[in-house]
Amino acid sequence: MTIASEPPKAGFRLSQLIYDTRYRSLTIQVIVFMLFMAGAAWLVDNTVRNLQVLGKDFNFGFLSNRAGYDIGQMLIPYTNDSTHGRALLVGLTNTLWISFLGCVAATVIGVFVGVLRLSRNWLIARLMTVYVEIFRNVPLLLWILVILAIFTETMPAPNAYKVAPDTGVAGQEMLFGMIAPTNRYTAIPAVEFANSLGAIATPLAPLSLNFLLIVAVLIGSVLVNRRLLARARRIQEATGVRPVTWWQSLLVLVVPTAAVLVALGFHLSVPELRGFNFAGGTNVSNSFVVLWLALSLYTGAFIAEIVRAGIMAISRGQTEAAFALGLRPRRTMSLVILPQALRVIVPPLISQFLNLTKNSSLAIAVGYMDLRGTLGGITLNQTGRELEAILLMMLIYLAISLTISGVMNVYNARVKLKER
Amino acid sequence: MSETHAQTVAYVRDTMLPEQPPPASQAGVVRWLRENLFSGPLNTVLTLAGVATIYWLVGHYYGWFARSVWNAGSLAECRQIIAATWGEGLSGACWAVIRDRWHQYLFGFYPPALYWRPVLVFVLLFVALAPVLFSAFPRRMLLFSAIYPVLAIWLLWGGSLWPEVMIVLGVVLGYLALRLLEPRLPGFAIFGAIGVALAFWAWGAGPLADALRALVPVSLTPAASDRFGGFLLAITLGVGGIVMSLPLGIMLALGRQSDMFLVKALSVCFIEFIRGVPLITLLFVASLLLNYFLPPGTQFDIILRVMILVTLFAAAYIAEVVRGGLAALPRGQYEAADSLGLDYWKAQRLIILPQALKISIPGIVSTFIGMFKDTTLVVFVGLFDPLKGISDFVRADFAWKGIYWEPYIFVGVIFFLLNFGMSRYSMYLENRLKRDHR
Repeated sequence: MTIASEPPKAGFRLSQLIYDTRYRSLTIQVIVFMLFMAGAAWLVDNTVRNLQVLGKDFNFGFLSNRAGYDIGQMLIPYTNDSTHGRALLVGLTNTLWISFLGCVAATVIGVFVGVLRLSRNWLIARLMTVYVEIFRNVPLLLWILVILAIFTETMPAPNAYKVAPDTGVAGQEMLFGMIAPTNRYTAIPAVEFANSLGAIATPLAPLSLNFLLIVAVLIGSVLVNRRLLARARRIQEATGVRPVTWWQSLLVLVVPTAAVLVALGFHLSVPELRGFNFAGGTNVSNSFVVLWLALSLYTGAFIAEIVRAGIMAISRGQTEAAFALGLRPRRTMSLVILPQALRVIVPPLISQFLNLTKNSSLAIAVGYMDLRGTLGGITLNQTGRELEAILLMMLIYLAISLTISGVMNVYNARVKLKER
Repeated sequence: MSETHAQTVAYVRDTMLPEQPPPASQAGVVRWLRENLFSGPLNTVLTLAGVATIYWLVGHYYGWFARSVWNAGSLAECRQIIAATWGEGLSGACWAVIRDRWHQYLFGFYPPALYWRPVLVFVLLFVALAPVLFSAFPRRMLLFSAIYPVLAIWLLWGGSLWPEVMIVLGVVLGYLALRLLEPRLPGFAIFGAIGVALAFWAWGAGPLADALRALVPVSLTPAASDRFGGFLLAITLGVGGIVMSLPLGIMLALGRQSDMFLVKALSVCFIEFIRGVPLITLLFVASLLLNYFLPPGTQFDIILRVMILVTLFAAAYIAEVVRGGLAALPRGQYEAADSLGLDYWKAQRLIILPQALKISIPGIVSTFIGMFKDTTLVVFVGLFDPLKGISDFVRADFAWKGIYWEPYIFVGVIFFLLNFGMSRYSMYLENRLKRDHR
């Protein structure tokens, strides 16, 4: 006797679309898709009709029109005769530049503070906690405004640095003899080359040959150094004795670059007061300095917490096990602790970099001409093209964010624990 | 053991020596100082640097705080009082500006006769939060928490009560539709419920509210949106944004974890788009672009527009936090729910979400803190946030021209207290909700 366990061979019924879990998800997706398309169509239709009512069209032609406004700080050549597209590029490079410098400074601050917060020194640990809590719990805008007020209200005017001719004493001393913060700008030394090689003109910006040469030599040195270390490792694996390489590494890394710098006649040109203003160095506008300081200090507090959490996440047993294997403290750090701590630290660190980049749009509070200041600010107001300007601005920010998080995903995939 | 040694050990001490006090360097304050401040050359240098920093800060700013003036009508008067009391050429804090303008920092330009309404809303906020946060309160109170948002809207903006009742009615109708449709159309009832609620708000609510208004006019003095400012605006935007973004964020998180390709793709696109752009661009969308996306001639309140965009912004971040919570749950929880025969929504409601949300509490609170701090950015679309909007307004008055530090310190301290309090509370909550006793 056999019990037939054949599945019922009934045909497809319409109600299966609702009750059968095999088809239900398909039905739901179709409904969601229709709702989404309907919503999108509604928005697009509204936009088209609104544009008609206002007598506007949707095109990005304004980007090739003459901008007609000046920008205070720029990394690439720009005049008010340039196009709005060029102004956009100036804004974009300014955004990227302040984000880059901010990320570097915030990381330095964050690592220092994070490590010091774990220090056994009672006073320092408390001080760092106070710094972190104060900066994390107060809006970034407040820090920007406070630092701006410090610079505009309490810093001396440039001519306060004047050296009195009779006594030879300056009214105000420069920091380290080369940095002069004033209430309008901060004068810093400029890098100069006595035997400059000149620059190649590219459509974006002139590319300094000096800079290219130095970078090329540095990359070469690093590559040679890697060969050197690889050879040392081979010898160690073959004979068990690692040759002493530190002086060779030092030589390879430092000497060629130093030689190139000397050959190019590298020197710092220290700013000095001429008349009412500083000349000779670079005068960095305070809007940049203020935004940079505020972003770095604010994000530094968050990074400090990330670094602290990363170090604390590595259990004490790891250190002890490494010691038990006979590793020295430095090698324990570089071979056991850091690789594990970095795996915990890097993803949130990158997301802080992303936050910093997005927060750099607060340049609006100090008047630094970033992407929002050019494209989303003056260009928008002059051309009256809100829709195009804001959408383009959002897309550019999105592209920056997605690029950074793409890099993060690659890193995460590389350092991921290979689990079962 | 002692017997074996009885023959070998010639002398055994049978009385203990009295305990000696530890050496002076190993006891009391000295020991603590040695261990915590001067345990090595590096630590000594650090300690000295720390002491020098504190000395510098106190030396620079103590005098300024010590010479505080609380009673004055203008900054010039403050300076006169300081010069008269402590001598010429000294600077001091002029807190008189806070005494003069505190109401603008707290309430913006809200009519002073109606201050009781925002205060009542703020107090009721804690009544509404209590049953959500503490299980000791009666479950009945959750009903009040549910109607609190609508009550708060009515108290803050005033006007007739009936439009707010219509909001509640729409939700109730949607819920009824959900209960009716659920047995018949499992999995689809949610669409029906949303449809019913939307249809009611679109066509039924207006006439019904008008009719009721004519019949029973219950209303408060209206307070327009341009009267909102200061911390009233910041807290309204913050709390409103988080209350509306929580459900949306949870839905987005579930969508992102979903097996359905389309739902997942849409959720991912939305979340990544919102997280990829700065809040300030979204605020510009609220102030400049939202009118393009709505039918021609639609005009609505700037606070509402900003709140919608702030909600979408917070929802994307909350979705990521909740997704972390969902991912942290062991696979077994999902499988156990499936094996009990629970359908998707029952499994989520009874098993998955209660645990996932509990894990996400710290993240949700820090999202909220971040959003509360970000509400200061609304100044760039013309609203009066406490930090820059109100401070600039105060400085525009000739009497307070040039006053910087006191307003910033005042606002900063309030932000610090609120945010620090919230983060400490979330740590406490995290500990209390911990079920594993490790």
